Amino acid sequence: MRTHFRFWPVFRRNLLVWRKLVIPSLVANIAEPLMWLVAFGYGMGALIGEVTINGVQVPYLLFLASGSICMSAMNAATFEALYSAFSRMHVQKTWDGIMNAPIRLEDVLLAEMLWAAFKSLFTITAILGVMMALGITQSWKILLAWPSLLFIGITFSCLALIFNALAKGYDFFTYYFTLFLTPMMFLSGVFFPSEELPPWVRAIAEWLPLSQAIALVRPLFLDQWPSQPLLHLGVLALYAGVAWAIALHFTRKRFKT
Amino acid sequence: MCMQAPLFECQHLVKRYGNATVVDDLSFQLQAGECLGVIGPNGAGKTTTLRMCLGLSEPDAGSIQAFGLSMPRDALAIKSRLGVVSQFDTLDPDFTCAENLRVFGTYFGMSRSAIEARVPELLEFAALTNKADAKPGQLSGGMKRRLSLARALINDPNILLLDEPTTGLDPQARHLMWERLQQLLQQGKSILLTTHFMDEAERLCNRLLLLDHGKKIAEGTPRDLISQHLEPDVVEVYGQDALALVNSPLVELAQRTETSGETVFFYTADATPLLHALNTYPGLRTLHRPANLEDLFLKMTGRQIREGA
Repeated sequence: MRTHFRFWPVFRRNLLVWRKLVIPSLVANIAEPLMWLVAFGYGMGALIGEVTINGVQVPYLLFLASGSICMSAMNAATFEALYSAFSRMHVQKTWDGIMNAPIRLEDVLLAEMLWAAFKSLFTITAILGVMMALGITQSWKILLAWPSLLFIGITFSCLALIFNALAKGYDFFTYYFTLFLTPMMFLSGVFFPSEELPPWVRAIAEWLPLSQAIALVRPLFLDQWPSQPLLHLGVLALYAGVAWAIALHFTRKRFKT
Repeated sequence: MCMQAPLFECQHLVKRYGNATVVDDLSFQLQAGECLGVIGPNGAGKTTTLRMCLGLSEPDAGSIQAFGLSMPRDALAIKSRLGVVSQFDTLDPDFTCAENLRVFGTYFGMSRSAIEARVPELLEFAALTNKADAKPGQLSGGMKRRLSLARALINDPNILLLDEPTTGLDPQARHLMWERLQQLLQQGKSILLTTHFMDEAERLCNRLLLLDHGKKIAEGTPRDLISQHLEPDVVEVYGQDALALVNSPLVELAQRTETSGETVFFYTADATPLLHALNTYPGLRTLHRPANLEDLFLKMTGRQIREGA
């Protein structure tokens, strides 16, 4: 097997397991984000009406949809790379079994990273489908949101794998969610425009990976082009690259002892 | 490759964790068709040695060669010819027995047709043909171990590395496992195994390596080790006041005397005079038997429990 394809049988293994659980998985990954969208979008949307971003009036439902799909990409990738990867790595010892075959730890980690990104892509594809069916957005630019969201999944998957490598048990992941993901959700303009934040908070919040993801994806929903696509992609790639290197370092360290 | 060259060879392996040296200048060879057993108390370095043999842990010094290749540099090429059963089952709980075998085959880059041809034979070998569609959660301990063994054979390996293959199994399951391992040896496979069971070591292994504190303290065939290090006969004496015998003239009738709890062990070349003398102590029960590997193990590694290991 060629070096760069060795992750594939491991990725395929996850795919085969998932195929058995696809229906419950679909419900969990899609029903919840849609409930948020419907409850907040229609409910709050009726109260708020429109929000102004970059001087443009936008229906709240569309504003929320474009932000929450990035959040769904983040959550789906994060859950898979934390809880599911940890189960396979630590609880079931699946990784240990795989490494008795001619497959290296980095191949397994790469497979887990891509797998979490794939799960996230699967989730957002379904949500995008529902959004289009509901007529929330009509812009064809939404098709470009799809690869962007895959990229966002990869970034959050890499970030989550750092915490996977450091975890002693599932409880550890609460820190990541409570101290990192939840604040980011509020600071990155998913639910309200980040223009509402104090300027100094905004200056920091702008560089959070979720803010970058939303800056990339939201304009596509509004039938606009992102103002600095390369910058956003670059920042996300930087997060992904650095996080991957750190995750690989700590995962190797974990398996050395 | 020269026929005389060992299939697998470790030279002067050293592994340290912090200040602790867990494997200390260990060298051994595995010849083609041989079963080599590694025995030793908990914490002796058995599992660490196996992990180094698999390239999962890098030695601090020393070399590991297999099939003319060297570990960890050629880890993947070597591992494609190894079969591994680790101490704890790592079967996929979401897959059936047959799926476990199939998926594992893909890790070796095997073609679908090669895998499909192999799965039924392996299920039969593991006596799991009628469990092909059962998941590991529905299997007994012995079945799970046999499935792990079958999985390790998917790539038709030259060498099997088995870490405590029968720990936790009932006697029936252990005997079936032994029978299968003997079949594999007859097919010409080589086996390196660790075990805590001296009967297993004696039954399966051509040669044994006794480790303690990371060092090799004895090596040889089970018979040779016993005859080199022990008197041929053992008389165990139990019962009230058995311990008092240690200070009696009876000790003169044995080459060596050991106590453990309330039991006295006499090691002797000729047990007859001793047994005769013991007849005058009607309150004591005696057991006369040949010296075995367990005696050797306890003599060389001591009777104390290894705490924290």
